[in-house]
Amino acid sequence: MKRAAFLLLLALAVLVPRPSFAQDIEAAINALGQGSFNERTSAANALAQTGDQRAVPVLKALGDRELYLRKADNKVFIGRTVSGTVTLIDPVTGKEAGVSTGGDIEGVKVNNALRRTIEALLGGLTLLSSDPAVRRDAATAMFNQPDPEALGTLDAAIAKETDPAIKAKMDEARAAAVLKSSRPDAEKIAAVKILGARGDQASLSLLQNLEASAQGDLKAAAAEAIEDVSGALALWNNVQNLWYGISLGSVLLLAAIGLAITFGVMGVINMAHGEMVMIGAYTTFFVQELFRAHAPEAFDYSLFVALPAAFAVAGLVGIAMERGIIRFLYGRPLETLLATWGISLMLQQTVRSLFGPSNREVGTPSWMSGTVEITNGLTLTSNRIAIVVFTAIVFIALMLVMRFTRFGLQMRAVTQNRPMANSVGIRSGWVDAMTFGLGSAIAGVAGVALSQIDNVSPNLGQSYIIDSFLVVVFGGVGNLWGTLVGAMSLGILNKFLEPWAGAVLGKILILVMVILFIQRRPRGLFALKGRSVEA
Amino acid sequence: MLKSRHALKTLAASAIVAGMLSAPAAAQDTIKVGILHSLSGTMAISETTLKDVMLMLIDEQNKKGGLLGKKLEAVVVDPASNWPLFAEKARQLISQDKVAATFGCWTSVSRKSVLPVFEELNGILFYPVQYEGEESSRNVFYTGAAPNQQAIPAVDYLMSKDGGEVKRWVLAGTDYVYPRTTNKILETYLKSKGVAQEDIMINYTPFGHSDWQSIVSEIKKFGSAGKKTAVVSTINGDANVPFYKELGNQGVKATDIPVVAFSVGEEELAGVDTKPLVGHLAAWNYFMSGDTPDNKAFIEKWKAYTKNPKRVTNDPMEAHVIGFAMWVKAVEKAGTTAPDAVIDALIGVSVPNLSGGYSAMMPNHHITKPVLIGEIQADGQFETVWKTPGLVVGDEWSDFLPDSKDLISDWRKPLSCGNFNVKTGKCGGKAS
Repeated sequence: MKRAAFLLLLALAVLVPRPSFAQDIEAAINALGQGSFNERTSAANALAQTGDQRAVPVLKALGDRELYLRKADNKVFIGRTVSGTVTLIDPVTGKEAGVSTGGDIEGVKVNNALRRTIEALLGGLTLLSSDPAVRRDAATAMFNQPDPEALGTLDAAIAKETDPAIKAKMDEARAAAVLKSSRPDAEKIAAVKILGARGDQASLSLLQNLEASAQGDLKAAAAEAIEDVSGALALWNNVQNLWYGISLGSVLLLAAIGLAITFGVMGVINMAHGEMVMIGAYTTFFVQELFRAHAPEAFDYSLFVALPAAFAVAGLVGIAMERGIIRFLYGRPLETLLATWGISLMLQQTVRSLFGPSNREVGTPSWMSGTVEITNGLTLTSNRIAIVVFTAIVFIALMLVMRFTRFGLQMRAVTQNRPMANSVGIRSGWVDAMTFGLGSAIAGVAGVALSQIDNVSPNLGQSYIIDSFLVVVFGGVGNLWGTLVGAMSLGILNKFLEPWAGAVLGKILILVMVILFIQRRPRGLFALKGRSVEA
Repeated sequence: MLKSRHALKTLAASAIVAGMLSAPAAAQDTIKVGILHSLSGTMAISETTLKDVMLMLIDEQNKKGGLLGKKLEAVVVDPASNWPLFAEKARQLISQDKVAATFGCWTSVSRKSVLPVFEELNGILFYPVQYEGEESSRNVFYTGAAPNQQAIPAVDYLMSKDGGEVKRWVLAGTDYVYPRTTNKILETYLKSKGVAQEDIMINYTPFGHSDWQSIVSEIKKFGSAGKKTAVVSTINGDANVPFYKELGNQGVKATDIPVVAFSVGEEELAGVDTKPLVGHLAAWNYFMSGDTPDNKAFIEKWKAYTKNPKRVTNDPMEAHVIGFAMWVKAVEKAGTTAPDAVIDALIGVSVPNLSGGYSAMMPNHHITKPVLIGEIQADGQFETVWKTPGLVVGDEWSDFLPDSKDLISDWRKPLSCGNFNVKTGKCGGKAS
């Protein structure tokens, strides 16, 4: 009975467009609270059709799942939740209408279909907003869901728009809508030109749909635009693959660079290397937990604290490992392999007991989320850019340490000729511990970066250990430049193979190629020359 | 001296008597229940929780007075995510520890590895995870979903008006038996619904795949061909977190290209920031957000038992709750824990599930379940947006695979057959 009354009110609200009347919009809003998803989608449409600006916060709240139904009188409110308590706000008057802790209210559910409708409706309603950012979002939303009926609104908005960038977005949205409308062909050809100039994947699909149904000049214009766009996209596609390759390469490099020191420079087959990466990732988690508890407003800077912390923690664990176990096993590679493998299992299980077996949530700071649009055909994700830059910094810093510091000099001296280094007064035992510590610390720092793209679980290290050894062996043991070139070539090769051969076959092909390569050049890309080779 | 010697004698005698009395009593005092879940290695992430939930259920049953007047005793072993070790540990549980029933396994390969052991030694295994079907054993009770209890309803939902009338499909999975079989079933099913070959993209990735950049961008490209596109994901375990992170980063929103997952539940989402993922879907037979009194009570118990107010529950946990309740009921009905009697008694047993209904053990050793479609919310929970009107019976031999469409399974006497061919009328044999 009640529902019928609402539907009647709703029908009245649609049939009699008197947006200024409070009860109309109130009924339209209340209709959102009940019925099937389908019924509520039409209710949202009806609400938007009132043109009332009060519908904007309501639709937004519905999309964000902040709309609540009061069970007592079936009235719909916007709710702001603060630690379990919901403050209800009357959507018509904008005033507070009491608080609730659940029980008497019920959240209004949304599904994807409803969310899509809301996005498009909000686009239409906010196209004339005074905030340029809102207008830009509105134009983008309308481009994504072109609707011929919104052409009037778009024309009005374009006429008023002063910002050329937003105006261009609106023109594109209009062009997309024109293609779907029954406007004359001449107008559509102009629209095809606009979309052809935009030149991205979305325009291409609109154009392809048009070409399938169009005739005569329009069809020719569409075909021409499609050719241009797909040519440009194919080019961008290669650029994108190259970028993916560099980004994968820098992840490999980051994971392998610590191993390049412990294995490459010191010759220790360190199977626990991956666990140092994991320790770095868990340190990040721990630091972030502290931030969440004590300084949530500074969360965006948590990674800058996590970096030195992970460096220190993983470095200390590394030094402890070297002093406690590995130094007794120098020159016995098989025993080292088994001992470090045992350590890796122990570290994994320790972390599992301390933090639990499941994944831990490491947050991404806002400056590392989202994408950067280079052109319409190429968008890069911010976290990958950050990781590539970070890897470059770590690599350069490590090279500088090796080349220009006293410690770097001692390290190279011990590696090249231990008895001679001893006899000129270098404490080679201390240098060994520090070198191993440095390698582990860098693995820890890699863990901070990898926590941004991978699982933070006790198994994190295992997934990188094989790839790391692969990179170091392929690049040439004992040479950091070799590690760099090895990581980048494996990364890029992988990303060009993947679209063509699939991820599984791609990986196999890479392994086969590396095996063949090692057969030809057992010392890798950059073989060391001189005394240390024989050592 | 004499006195003390006498005392000594009495002591010795009484010790012997006590020993004679207590030795058999100790052996019969408890009913042993085996728990065969990996507590270390790659699968520990998912299986440790199931061990904990079993310990909680056994504990609770003991507080209620045990079973047949005896206490239950959990025997926990760790097969360490090592498939051959699963078989060894299963043998140890049945022949050394003499467990009455075993609850365990997660991956299909671990189940396949213990299957011959359970059949040879006549044990009982409750398997709680959704799997690819194409199997029915007298000694295994499948409390997880068969493909028709998860995959097919999910695809149906996406094809419906509410689900967005999807026309183009990406079937993405990890490269092993469950995704491959499920995708084969789905491919046949989609084609039977009139989906063209060029509108289906199938993609497999290795275990633990972590670099999803190219695949997500390929999905994006595939999805912008003007037809509504969805991704059906059978990506398993650890690979999911980087996959969802990449989706979020590349801005693939659920309103554009929804992803429906069969292996992602509340536990898996615990390590992800779900705000960019709102609206992506999962198909299960249970969600933690289910609004029933039974479920709320279960969640409270679980949080109290683990002493962690943030612990989540998930679908395989519910499967163990159902499986354990069914086993208890069947043992009570049979009056013994002898495997043959319990196996027979289990068929037809019906117990309440946590989504507000009853689940029954069918003659094919699969159970009836409701199928729920949930959308991921910003708080890491799922909200049910669709539900099958009734319960769905698990179909072990898929109707959409040529090899199995004529097969049925019925473990009731006199048929007692796991792969009866209705065309040839013979037990044991493929359709061809």
